[in-house]
Order: sequence, then structure tokens, then C-alpha cells
Amino acid sequence: MHRGTGVSREDRFVLHHQVVVCEHIFHEGGPAPDTPLRRAYAVAVVSNPFAGRYVADIAPAMEELKPLGRRLASLLVAELGGPDQVEGYGKGAIIGEDGELEHGALWHVPGGYAMRDALRSDDTGSAAAIVPSAKKVGGPGTRLDVPVTHREASYVRSHFDAVEVGVAYGPAPDQMLLALVMTDGPRIHARVGGLRAEEISQGDGLR
Amino acid sequence: MSSTPTYRKVMTRVEETHREGGRGVDPPTRKAVAAAVIDNPFAGTYTEDLSPLFDLGEQLGADLGARAVAALGINPEQVQSYGKAVMVGSDGELEHAAAILHPKLGRGLRGATGGGKALIPSSKKMGGPGQVLDVPLGHKDAAYVRSHFDAVEIWVNDAPRRGELLVAVAVTDSGRPLPRVGGLTTSEMTGEDGLR
Repeated sequence: MHRGTGVSREDRFVLHHQVVVCEHIFHEGGPAPDTPLRRAYAVAVVSNPFAGRYVADIAPAMEELKPLGRRLASLLVAELGGPDQVEGYGKGAIIGEDGELEHGALWHVPGGYAMRDALRSDDTGSAAAIVPSAKKVGGPGTRLDVPVTHREASYVRSHFDAVEVGVAYGPAPDQMLLALVMTDGPRIHARVGGLRAEEISQGDGLR
Repeated sequence: MSSTPTYRKVMTRVEETHREGGRGVDPPTRKAVAAAVIDNPFAGTYTEDLSPLFDLGEQLGADLGARAVAALGINPEQVQSYGKAVMVGSDGELEHAAAILHPKLGRGLRGATGGGKALIPSSKKMGGPGQVLDVPLGHKDAAYVRSHFDAVEIWVNDAPRRGELLVAVAVTDSGRPLPRVGGLTTSEMTGEDGLR
């Protein structure tokens, strides 16, 4: 995939900043469950090689983002204590102002499949659900609400959530912020019915 | 680690800078913040004696300090700079932040960071859910070390609610990414009086 630009492919999305956040939620005014809910996110602020001009053929760059996807996914799995701890996930991107929303769409495949690869095993399931996502253009300090759903079945109502991610100093105009989110349980006081995690049966990623 | 069952939330945040000003930063500079959301027992009241918050501050300094050091994966002695801050929800009073921060929090935090001769820089404000709190940073043994003057942001999307306090402690294992404005350096400091 090296296209002879004089720049190795690893260098095009240069890592500037990395942030890992883990939030433990004990209660929200109601009875505290025995184990707190944990929500973790990992973000990388990287150079956007397509900033400042229109490039038609950007899809090959998805391949270049795979190592970053693996890096962030493994940080989150480690933060939560292993693949069997992870129940929900999501992903997102904030594209600096000299870029295009479409540049953030490059993250869908390398970000999503990196998480699924890091999570799936015989013991823990297949991470069958589509990874929900959000993306937008923004400046330094912009926050993004990254949606979260259950990793095995999108309709599990107790796991619908969102995690607010952001970094004070990024993305600069020629950068992108790429984020992955993992959680280890339902909302802390989930009680609005719908499909429950114990009822997942179809293996289709939905129910 | 002293357990503090009154937390509603606790968050750790680790930030690394790998590149700055077009240059690589090797090793990356790293900061960690640990922040807890707790009930403000004096929200909605005027209370003369705030001493219960002094002891709470000490526990928070120890627990949040230990969490921040653990988040960096370092030994306490490797901490280079530290800081502390509180945001008070709108039914509280700025003085509640002062009561958490100033009388005893430092004792707890220094216990978690291998000591520290320097004043722990601090900030405080009133605010609402999702508002940003900037935690100032300074070298833990010599407050005049210029390369380590810095700050780090923390925010929690749903805190502080009106009757809550957001308490944050920050530690680093490094200074700014590319320090070059002179002043006292880590190699020149003696670290005995907390200043130089």
C-alpha cells in the first residue's frame, strides 16, 4: 500500500496526544449496586493527512489506521480488566476544521473491527452488534457524545448510553481526534424495560 | 487505599503528549488526574464549623493521589509535579472547596506521592455539571521549577450537581513537553525548602 510518496504509511496519521479515561459510577441518587459501572474511553489526536484539500481516494487510508485501532482497543480492554469484562461499546471522531466529516468516516472499519477483534473469543461471545458511532467537525476542546450499545445485541435497552469525550488541546485544524469507548455494564439504575442482556438469543447482533 | 463509599463517581484521566510544535516528545510527557464526585454535606446551609470537610479532604488526598499514581503506573517517588482543585455545585459555597483543599488534603496527597516539599498549587470555583475545572500543576519539591508550571483539565459530564463537590488531584511524571523559558531547572533545584 506504500504509494511512493516518500512518507511511510505509519507516518501519515502521526500520534500527537493520547488520553485514557476511566469513570467508575457508584450510584446516581438511587440504591448503589454491589459493583459500580465503569465507562472507559481512549482517544488519539493524530495528524489528518487529508486536511486542507479535497482528496477523492481516501479509502485506502483505513488500512493505515488499523494499528491505531488496535492500540486504543487494547488500552481499553486492559483498563477494564479483560475482554470478558466489556459489555458495551461505541466509537467516534472529531475532525479538525481543515478536514472533512468524511475523514472521520475512515474510522468506522479500523476502529470498530479493532474493538471486535479485541473482544471476541469462545468465552466472551462474538461482539456481534454493530458499533454505534458519532462524528463531527470541531476545534480544540470540542466534546463528542459517543453512543454506547451492548456488544452482542443492539436492542438491549439497559446498555443504551453515551460517553462524553474530548481533549482540551485538540483537534487542531489539521488533526483528527479518534475515540473508542467501552463499558462494563448497564446504566447504573437501568429500569425502563426492553430487551435484557440475559435474554439475548438470536446471535444476529440485534436481539 | 482508603475506601470512600460516599463517592457517586470517580474518574481517572491519563494524558500523554507524543508530539508538540512539530517535534516528537520522547518519552511522552504524562499527566494523570483522579477526580471524585461526593455529596456536599453543607449544601443549602450556612455552617460555621466546616471541620468535617478537613478530614474528608485528607482521605480524598490519599485516595485520589493513589489512584492518579496508579493510573500512571509509577512509584510514588517518581511523581514530579502535583496539584489539586475543587468545583462546588451551586447549592454550596466557595468556602466548602477551601475546607476540602487547604487544611488537610495535602497530608493525604503527599503520602501518596512520596512526599513533596512544595506548596500544592490549587484552584477552586463554583460550577455545574460538565463544567471544566483547571487543575494547576507545580513541581512537588521546588515550587520555582519553571519547566513544571502547567495545568490539566478535568470535567465530568453530570457533575457537580447542585448538592455535590467535584474534587480533583493531578500528578505527573514529567514537565511541559518542550520547556524553554528558562528559570530554575530540575537539575539546579535543591528541593529542601519547597521553593528552590
